[in-house]
Amino acid sequence: MNFDVTYFVEIIPLLLGYLGITLKMALLGLVFALALAVFMAVVRVFRVPVLDWLVQLYISFFRGTPLLVQLFLLYYGLPQIFPLMVGIDAFTAAVIGLSLHFSAYMAESIRAAILGIDKSQMEAALSIGQSPLMAMRRIVLPQAARIALPSLMNQFVDMIKSTSLAFTLGVAELMARAQMEASSSFRFFESFLAVALIYWVVVVLFTRLQMMMEKRLNRAYQR
Amino acid sequence: MIRIQNLTKAYNGQKVLDGINLDIAEGEIIVVIGPSGTGKSTLLRCINYLEQPDAGIISIGDTQVDAAHASRKSVLKLRRNTSFVFQNYALFANKTALQNIAEGLITVWKKPKPQALQEAAQILSDIGLADKADSYPASLSGGQQQRVGIGRAMASHSQVMLFDEPTSALDPEWVEEVLQLMKKLAHRKQTMVIVTHEMDFARDIADRVIFMEGGRIVEQGPPQKIFSQPDDDRTRAFLRKVLR
Repeated sequence: MNFDVTYFVEIIPLLLGYLGITLKMALLGLVFALALAVFMAVVRVFRVPVLDWLVQLYISFFRGTPLLVQLFLLYYGLPQIFPLMVGIDAFTAAVIGLSLHFSAYMAESIRAAILGIDKSQMEAALSIGQSPLMAMRRIVLPQAARIALPSLMNQFVDMIKSTSLAFTLGVAELMARAQMEASSSFRFFESFLAVALIYWVVVVLFTRLQMMMEKRLNRAYQR
Repeated sequence: MIRIQNLTKAYNGQKVLDGINLDIAEGEIIVVIGPSGTGKSTLLRCINYLEQPDAGIISIGDTQVDAAHASRKSVLKLRRNTSFVFQNYALFANKTALQNIAEGLITVWKKPKPQALQEAAQILSDIGLADKADSYPASLSGGQQQRVGIGRAMASHSQVMLFDEPTSALDPEWVEEVLQLMKKLAHRKQTMVIVTHEMDFARDIADRVIFMEGGRIVEQGPPQKIFSQPDDDRTRAFLRKVLR
């Protein structure tokens, strides 16, 4: 077997130097995607005229086309049509693309979770004089968050891994670095195995975090 | 003080409320009885617009809402003048007993948080659950949950409290404590409209009993009259069945 252990061990700290940019993309993407997703889910649950239709179209498009295509459209395509976007850098484009893409999935998870909350919770909130929007924010969404958490976490894990596509836009992130190392050393297996391991460990750590959050959110529901 | 005029509501062409007229005086306790599916709950739910009536006018104090042109604002005002106790309690599952009662004080009545929590604690001890302040609904018994539900309704000091079969979902052992609490409210001259199947309780507490069938008020009067010598055959037939 021709596995260069020394090279493998040495390349890991080198790659870890680029983990920051990967996580930054993923976390920024998460924040924007969640904000968009909550907005869209609420629009859909309240069936806001016109907006509801636009949101459905949006979700259909971003779920119906590959993320890679969306990223290329955003970074290479749109600036040709809208000169204002020429100045956008690859990192920003990647964050925007990831946010738009995953917000579509997250919106559907959150909408399903909201619909899973007993209708009487909303009614009780209305009965004490809260407006529908306030009832949504104070009573329904916090409960929906608990139900949506596992599937949102799934989507976040998918997003972490999908940041690797940003290397096709030229973002110097984890995958881009591994690719560079591999092609200069010709140690493809070691390089890509190292990068695979790093993604794996990161995802495992976030899954741990999810379990802790679930425990916390379940506190109110224990008999 | 509360006037309901010609309240009408239909589901898929089926009339559930067929022109209800009702005046309620301040401090009056009204118990609504009748066979199931005759619109008793719908009447309550239309009074605070949890269901939108098809037609009719509801006036409470200086708030008047006409179903023909009910604005969002007037509905909100109507709900702030009423409070509701649900059959299944419907406590906010993500909030403690204390927070359930304080929620409206903080978000609707805009009281500073410390003051709201203090008032909520006062109500909690009033309903005998001071030791359950930090318990979540899932860890309370049915009777305790419903008492918190009533406490939540009390917090808004609304002009009328609406009770939708408050003891129907309870195990028999918890019914009495909830009825006792309602009697306590009655002594304080809290205006109430109660839909219930507890006939003894109705006889005890009501100033006026209303018998509903087929979406209409068939007969109404003081409990002595309705329970011992009702005028209408339908009332008699119903009471024969439930009193036995």
